[in-house]
Amino acid sequence: MAIEGAEIVKAAAFIGAGLSMGLGAIGPGVGEGMVAAKACEAIGKNPREAGLLTRTMLVGQAVAESTGIYSLVVALLLLFVV
Amino acid sequence: MGFEVETVIKIAAYTGGGIAMGLGAVGAAIGEGYTAARANLAISRNPEISGDIFKSMLVGQAVAESASIFALVIAILLLFMDAATPSLLKAAAFLGAGLSMGFGAIGSGIGSGYPGGEACFGISQQPAADSQLTTNMLIGSAVCQTPAIFSMVVALMLIFIDFGNAPLTPTWAAFIGAGLSMGLAAIGSGYGGGLAAGASCEGIARSPQSVTNVTTIMLVGQAVSQTPSIFGLLISFILMFKSFPESSMLATPMALLGAGLCMGFGGIGPGIGNGMAAEGAVRWVARNVEHSNELMRIMLVGQAVSQSTAIYAMVVSLVLIFVV
Repeated sequence: MAIEGAEIVKAAAFIGAGLSMGLGAIGPGVGEGMVAAKACEAIGKNPREAGLLTRTMLVGQAVAESTGIYSLVVALLLLFVV
Repeated sequence: MGFEVETVIKIAAYTGGGIAMGLGAVGAAIGEGYTAARANLAISRNPEISGDIFKSMLVGQAVAESASIFALVIAILLLFMDAATPSLLKAAAFLGAGLSMGFGAIGSGIGSGYPGGEACFGISQQPAADSQLTTNMLIGSAVCQTPAIFSMVVALMLIFIDFGNAPLTPTWAAFIGAGLSMGLAAIGSGYGGGLAAGASCEGIARSPQSVTNVTTIMLVGQAVSQTPSIFGLLISFILMFKSFPESSMLATPMALLGAGLCMGFGGIGPGIGNGMAAEGAVRWVARNVEHSNELMRIMLVGQAVSQSTAIYAMVVSLVLIFVV
């Protein structure tokens, strides 16, 4: 069975998309969990500032999320554009 | 060079058995080591109750051991099974079963060491709370085992279900992808659940009167931490039971393999992250029990955000399976 060059490229793009999103999800997941853990600690210490702390947590997590979104974008590019 | 089908199946089964037991031994050993280390520290602090601590250590280690016993069962099955209908597809299924069980036991093994260790240490500080700590430890480490049990279920299905005459390509990749998806996704959830359970034992030792709130929030946190492994289970069921049309293209099996890798790796981070969030919340509920509602709320919001990358991974896997 002869495998064409374009076929190999397509196969590599699919595996690459899986790896991109899969490995790319590890960092944001752990990082955002760490943020949430520290936010719980901070609210436990100072419950009166719960609103401010929730806001700060969400902004921090949104920034940490960005690399996960990059992975998603790269995966979708590999699937549909390349 | 050609091999007979039976030979290829044997090769796959022995490789799968080795992977299942080899990787499956990693987690439980680390977790039990942590339990024993904390138990030693606890006995040095309070040698008078060394008997109680020793007993708790053994109970905790026995629960942590179960993940590797699952791996042993799968490895022995793979070593001595004879395929009812020998086909190359069965070889892929045996390899997938080994991958699922081997990776799947790592997280649960490490994770269930934490509640055991913290319970031993807690008993040395609060000998009166011995029974509450032991109960909480057992609940917490039992929940930690769920990802390993999911992995065992997937492995048993891959071993025993007769997939009939599904086309070899691309179904072989679907079976290996199913094993990878379940096995890898179980790592994070098992470990994360353990973090939450460990913190809850530490918290109960600190303030035994808050045991109800602490156990409740531990269970909620652990339940959310299990979601990435449930996504992994879902993707591996789809990969096992969807029938794929025969294809001679290289890209089709690679897409299914990519789907398994994507969901598997993608579940690791969110599982650990959700566990960390639950750990923080549980720890502080024990210290500040009157604000447990606020802490529960912020834990759930934080976990939901941390879950998002697992959802992206699931979406990409589903696209790889159904669209491309």
